[in-house]
Amino acid sequence: MNIVVLVKQVPDSGLERQLTEDLTVDRDGSNNVIGELDEHAIEAALQLQADHGGEVTILTVGPDSATETIRKSLAMGADKAVHVEDERIAGSCAMSTSKVLAAALKKLEWDLVISGAESTDSGMGVMPYLLAAHTGAAAATGARKIDKTDEGLTIEHQTDNGYQVLKTSTPAIVSVWDTINTPRYPSLKGIMAAKRKPLESWDLDDIEVDASEVGTDAATTAVVSATKRPPREAGKVVTDEGEGGKDLADFLASEKFI
Amino acid sequence: MAEVFVYVDSAGKLAAEMLTMARPLGEVSAVIVSEPGDSAEAVAQAAEYGASKVYLAEVAGVGDYFMVPKADVVTELFKEHAPSAVLLPSTSEGKAVAAYLAVSTGNGLLTDVSALDAEGQATQEIFAGASVSTSKVTKGVPIVTVKANSLAAEPSSSTPEQVAVEASISESAKKVAVVEKVEEPKGDRPDLTEAGVVVSGGRGVGSAEQFKLIEDVADALGGAVGASRAATDAGYYPHKFQVGQTGTTVSPQLYVAAGISGAIQHRAGMQTSRTIVAVNKDADAPIFSLADYGVVGDLFKVLPQLLENVEARK
Repeated sequence: MNIVVLVKQVPDSGLERQLTEDLTVDRDGSNNVIGELDEHAIEAALQLQADHGGEVTILTVGPDSATETIRKSLAMGADKAVHVEDERIAGSCAMSTSKVLAAALKKLEWDLVISGAESTDSGMGVMPYLLAAHTGAAAATGARKIDKTDEGLTIEHQTDNGYQVLKTSTPAIVSVWDTINTPRYPSLKGIMAAKRKPLESWDLDDIEVDASEVGTDAATTAVVSATKRPPREAGKVVTDEGEGGKDLADFLASEKFI
Repeated sequence: MAEVFVYVDSAGKLAAEMLTMARPLGEVSAVIVSEPGDSAEAVAQAAEYGASKVYLAEVAGVGDYFMVPKADVVTELFKEHAPSAVLLPSTSEGKAVAAYLAVSTGNGLLTDVSALDAEGQATQEIFAGASVSTSKVTKGVPIVTVKANSLAAEPSSSTPEQVAVEASISESAKKVAVVEKVEEPKGDRPDLTEAGVVVSGGRGVGSAEQFKLIEDVADALGGAVGASRAATDAGYYPHKFQVGQTGTTVSPQLYVAAGISGAIQHRAGMQTSRTIVAVNKDADAPIFSLADYGVVGDLFKVLPQLLENVEARK
């Protein structure tokens, strides 16, 4: 079973993040890392590969700096990577990005696409559906378990109060939550091997996407303004000297919570 | 007046909030797609919250396939009635329907919106609440998913015209079958994402058994229970209750953090709460920098005393 894992380089959510003057995500001024849930997607792909064979390909769309993210993905054990990189893609909305990814997927051979359930920057969580609509593949999202069977795939889709068992044939696009596994750390051997693994760079012409379909001009949504929320001001802090619980109750009563 | 669609996946607090948010934007049409006989509550709620119309598609087998049959019904209705905006819940079903609808109709999509004005400008919290942005859909009409707890739902009684929608499930909508639905016991507490009060415990709670104290405080305040990642990773509380960057984002009226230091991963999931209260032994814990009221002390002393005082006031 050949698997493509979608990986997105995002600003580190552990540090301060902001928009640039042109109201796109500031990727220069922040420490860029592999999306947290993407690591779980890679791990899920590698585990399926260990049991069922096939190739694991990393696919990412992003600027030059995304190469770091790709190397880390390869160091974890993926076989090869495709980096779609074209200045004309900058400023694309989710819809345009989905067209780019779908066009790249068209050039790859795959039975299964795995992604994180959402990115840690925009966090929309809609990409699997958009790709399903473009590619005609099935979409099953929010997986906490993926099993390959003779008929296709069995997936546990995590819901707010339990889970649903889904069955689908391939090709399929599946997104995963962090409950699915614990991602491995790249070994030193993996890091060394990653440097020699195939990494292809494709531009819009390679994937036959017209420049008019991507970028800021084609975007279906636009950010009009953004303001940093002022930091919360610390309120009153008391030290418990035997009355802390009562003091807290008084505060909650004064705010009409009790 | 323009027609605005509100897609209701299930009756409840978020549905009431969406219907309230949609009223200033136009004539509200609730769109309900369900198995036959499963829609009474949602229909009643549409009337309670001022819908002018209810499109009701009762389709046998709609729940046997993952998301697509519902999205197909909404897409057909959209094409027929050309609403000026579509509001959907920011739930996994709402986002799925929104995504398929946006792609098949060529309209822009905004998710996790907390406000929407008549010009179609939407407000979103970005970077886990660190910034607030205003966005608009520049192609077509806005398709937006609405975040829970964004506004106070206000009833406005109406007698909506009920339109029965005929629909069937196409072969292409049957790619993913739902073969089993497992609902874990939910108990009497409100849903974490919708709760007005959330009481969360962290590593400082110390064990799964001792989380009972967090549950007791949540129950006394009528709230939901949450947990930090440190607590869920340690197995003190189930993962689905994790509040934070990789868990659930909550924005209740009151958030109580007990035994939680306030790592950025946790703050990202709760810092837009209206009032934040923290109890922690460590006076230097970062959680105190965003708490409206903090108690430096042992949570096993402070919370039981809080409980006594809450009970005494009832």
